Amino acid sequence: MITSNPFAALSANLPLDPGVMQAYVVLMVLLVIGGTLLDVVHKKSAKYFFEKGQSLKKIAKRDVSSGEKLGLAVSTLTNEVLASSEFANPERRVSHLFTMYGFVFFVVTTAIMIFGLPVAEGEGGGLVALLWHLGAISICIGGYWFWFKIRADVRSEGHEWHDLHQSDLFVVTLLLMATFALVWSFLQAATGTTSLLSIIAFIVFIAAATTLFSTILWSKFAHMFFKPAAAFQKKVAVADGSRDKLPEIPELSSAECKERYPDIPEYMGDNPPNMGLGIKREAPTHY
Amino acid sequence: MPTFVYMTRCDGCGQCVDICPSDIMHIDPVVRRAYNIEPNMCWECYSCVKACPHNAIDVRGYADFAPLGHSVRVRRDEEKGVIAWRIIFRNGEKDMNLLAPITTKPWGKHIPQLRDVPAPSNEQRDSQLLFNEPKYIRLDDGDLHTLKSNGLKMIAGVEGY
Repeated sequence: MITSNPFAALSANLPLDPGVMQAYVVLMVLLVIGGTLLDVVHKKSAKYFFEKGQSLKKIAKRDVSSGEKLGLAVSTLTNEVLASSEFANPERRVSHLFTMYGFVFFVVTTAIMIFGLPVAEGEGGGLVALLWHLGAISICIGGYWFWFKIRADVRSEGHEWHDLHQSDLFVVTLLLMATFALVWSFLQAATGTTSLLSIIAFIVFIAAATTLFSTILWSKFAHMFFKPAAAFQKKVAVADGSRDKLPEIPELSSAECKERYPDIPEYMGDNPPNMGLGIKREAPTHY
Repeated sequence: MPTFVYMTRCDGCGQCVDICPSDIMHIDPVVRRAYNIEPNMCWECYSCVKACPHNAIDVRGYADFAPLGHSVRVRRDEEKGVIAWRIIFRNGEKDMNLLAPITTKPWGKHIPQLRDVPAPSNEQRDSQLLFNEPKYIRLDDGDLHTLKSNGLKMIAGVEGY
């Protein structure tokens, strides 16, 4: 069941013209592009981003060559993007990895399956369909874990998990989309394409997906484009010495540090140990 | 306005909310990031700036004290046990990096917690001395602690009070 293409059954039995499904996917892509651009224009993110870049360049201590910048871009891709290394909290990081990879697999396999239609009877399954289901399951694992346990409102502010705000638009629609994708696939296999339950599940799935992709201007969706750009800018700032006006903390046992800051070895010894966590020992729970 | 948060760097963790002594760092419910709800009441104690794990908070000092174009940023590294400051003067020529230790022993082990210390007796409650007086101000044991009495020396270059 999780290796069968649910869209194939839909196009064959409902029937739903593959052209309609394909047009929908194209429309969603356009909504993502349009929504992100609108977000950028409305919030002036690009303008401020480049202004910040200019201001950092002014206080830069050295030039960063384009070869170096390319290296930093690759490192941003492999660390911040693929491994979500910006997360200091390990639970948030793991949950984000589940959700992110689940979403990528889900979206890509949806497009592959829909654009592969129409398929012959009995065909249309296999690895792609399996990845579609696994992607949705992964979104659910990471997403529900985040929703019930990790969300800052719940963990730090003491709100109930069902206390919703506009900022929850992205997560809620994403979870609804993934959950009802799985529910629909299951119901369709169990009760047939034209059963009422299956159709209702499909409608909720499509409604959630449409809401997710059309509300980019009001939700956090576009973070997936902005965050890597910001991470890259931070890396360049470290490389060129500006560090966003933050101080550098050298290696405490290095000769350079001892020469520059003589009270460090005087009070802390030549090889200061790891002091452990102080205020960061406790998670912030300010309610 | 004193402390302000770079919303793009903030992740809404709430460390600044917990640590602010004036209770003026809160989380905005719409974007779910921290912000200073009452800049007028900010003492610029830099607690939130130091507590932020992402260095997302900066201070725009009061205008009668800190000139436009300056920058004072701090990084507190608990695990290394040091605090680093970077002061950029507005003439663009002076860019000071300062580093100082904040602890010489690991956290959480060598300073007794208040809950582990016995509660004050009725005698202590009725007396005029405050908690841990006279012990902590050492009036029962010689005199006030000074650098000299502890055999320490002020290091050259440190302008002292």
